[in-house]
Amino acid sequence: MCTHHHHDHDHDHDHVHPTRPELDGPLTYHQRLEIAVRELLIEKGIVTADEVRRAIEAMDARTPAQGARIVAHAWADPAYKKKLIEEPREAVLELGVDPGVTKLVVVENTDKIHNLVVCTLCSCYPRSILGLPPDWYKSRAYRSRAVREPRKVMSEFGLEIPDDVGVRVHDSTADMRCLVLPKRPKGTEGWSEEKLASIVTRDTMIGVAEARIP
Amino acid sequence: MRGHHDMGGEPAGPVERTEHDYAPWEKRVDALLVLLSDRERNLIRTDELRKNIEAIGPDAYDKMSYYERWITSVTANLLQRGAITADELGRKLAEVEQREKDGLL
Repeated sequence: MCTHHHHDHDHDHDHVHPTRPELDGPLTYHQRLEIAVRELLIEKGIVTADEVRRAIEAMDARTPAQGARIVAHAWADPAYKKKLIEEPREAVLELGVDPGVTKLVVVENTDKIHNLVVCTLCSCYPRSILGLPPDWYKSRAYRSRAVREPRKVMSEFGLEIPDDVGVRVHDSTADMRCLVLPKRPKGTEGWSEEKLASIVTRDTMIGVAEARIP
Repeated sequence: MRGHHDMGGEPAGPVERTEHDYAPWEKRVDALLVLLSDRERNLIRTDELRKNIEAIGPDAYDKMSYYERWITSVTANLLQRGAITADELGRKLAEVEQREKDGLL
């Protein structure tokens, strides 16, 4: 609910209205630290305010929709799928998506193997393709348990992997990021790439979900 | 010795599927890292970001949020690289605090 406060008394608008839409209370130490460091860097000419704004815009533009487009194209075109697995950087670039500076690995889910991605040491994630990772991906619970009891973790996401399907867990690093190529569901034959992309969610590309026809 | 950050395989509770929209200050921290790590500036590398995060003590590590760890690490790296000095940072932090008190932030 929007709680806009209306003043009906006489009100001189000569005082400063603090505009701090992101904050309800006083700044935290780390918020002050961000401001201080950013301002110092701007004063020293190391970055400009405009560059910071543009970097945020670029970040907001990176969303799982980019990954979905890549997956849908791979489902529709076997030659592209082969390239995506063998030369992921080139394949991703071909669709106009930035593969990032790190090594990119694409792992394919099949009837025999299901892949799951984690970063146990921190939060490495194919950000250039999927955007920023969800909170749970960075949580202690996910990072600790995904490598020891992946099936249990996936079942907490509502994904049950049959016993005859192997599970491979990929621990990302600072230099290597993994993207899961989910299995194309049966019943999607003849679908346009756009329609295919609509069922490729972020979680299917991390491996905690399967693509399904809604 | 196993570092506090090195938690792969450790016991832990259920995965809470929390998500939040990143706050503007968090996005600015992310943007600073992106800019500082580009080829032209080269003031922090991913391994340095990690090294400085891993140097945060276990208690602080658990108390801090994700981007709190990042800004802590970025700041430490800028100091280590000599891009900013502790004096400059101390003065700037005091100035930011004063501006906040004066309602100018």
